[in-house]
Amino acid sequence: MNFNKQLKDGLIYQNPVLVQVLGMCSTMAITTSVSNGLGMGLSVLVILTLSNIFISLLRKIIPNEVRIACYIVVIAGFVTIVDLCLQAFVPAIAESLGVFIPLIVVNCIILGRAEAFASKNSVAASAVDGICQGIGYTAVLLILSAFRELLGAGTLLGIQIMPSSYVPANMLTLPVGGFLCLGTLIAIMQWALAKSEKKNAAKKETEGK
Amino acid sequence: MSVTKLLAISLGAILTNNFIFSQFLGICPFLGVSKKSDTAIGMGLAVTFVMGLASAFCFGVNKILVALGLDYMQTVAFILVVASLVQFIEMFLKKSMPTLYTALGVYLPLITTNCAVLGVVLLNVQNDYNFIESVVYGITGGLGFLLAIYLFSTVRERLEFADYPKAFEGFPIALITAGLIALAFMGFSGLQVWPM
Repeated sequence: MNFNKQLKDGLIYQNPVLVQVLGMCSTMAITTSVSNGLGMGLSVLVILTLSNIFISLLRKIIPNEVRIACYIVVIAGFVTIVDLCLQAFVPAIAESLGVFIPLIVVNCIILGRAEAFASKNSVAASAVDGICQGIGYTAVLLILSAFRELLGAGTLLGIQIMPSSYVPANMLTLPVGGFLCLGTLIAIMQWALAKSEKKNAAKKETEGK
Repeated sequence: MSVTKLLAISLGAILTNNFIFSQFLGICPFLGVSKKSDTAIGMGLAVTFVMGLASAFCFGVNKILVALGLDYMQTVAFILVVASLVQFIEMFLKKSMPTLYTALGVYLPLITTNCAVLGVVLLNVQNDYNFIESVVYGITGGLGFLLAIYLFSTVRERLEFADYPKAFEGFPIALITAGLIALAFMGFSGLQVWPM
């Protein structure tokens, strides 16, 4: 097991949002402010890690035919726990994330990792996978929400950053901004990945000669 | 409850608060099965059907949960209802309407993880809708999804012949297109039915 490689995969090469294109709904809906993005990212990180551990523990017991239903029940349990914790300790964030906290149940990232990784790997590896994928998801949320909040409202974490003469581009905090920003971010990612691949290929070629 | 309120709910669900373009619910199937317009319509109809049924069933389930003081179990209970509903519909269609079943094919099981379905159920509870309002909201929300996915698929069919930077291939250009349609849908945001 290679922690470094898994972290790199989670952040870049297999990034859940930018490369696997999973969990788009929450990504676009809640990245209107950094505090929302951070809250959502950490919630998913916790739930993903816990459900990965649990499903990996149960992977030999769960019958193959009903596995998806079992995964959903496990995930729904953890989502409920996190939902109640958020409501108890950070009611402001729970309020602004609203319906998207319970909707983590149907976030494809979690079900996807359960199916693709936790059901086939050891508990430790699944836990690490959950953490790394969660970090990758949180990183994307932070980038997107920082961009949208800074340009769309002129603030970061609610603190005024831009000079008062700056007229906020309201459009970015509206749904339109979500689609456009995420689309552009994925495009940048594809461009960067293609470039590094080309570089690697060229390197191999010269080494081969 | 009045007809105006129902009308306001429907108008909101289809146009002003469209599930895709303003609430970001159901984006995954929206991007996944919108490459051809006929499959898009199939998916849209299936989702509408399940959303209506799920709204009706979950209304009852929620009443039971509240009566038992178990309302913190909503998320778990609702997802179970949705999953079993989809499973039953699949079995029912297979037996009695095989033509429709083959037409919907692989999209049926996918509906379980469509967040528009779980979303509409949760929103019904949040907005305190009564039975009829819940069902109307479920069905019209589904129709809004159908409208969105159909519009998007027709644009996407034309995109195949368009010339755009290579880095935008695949999802990015689809998202940008969706963003532009969302911009158009913002024009509906002034619509209101009086008196609310």
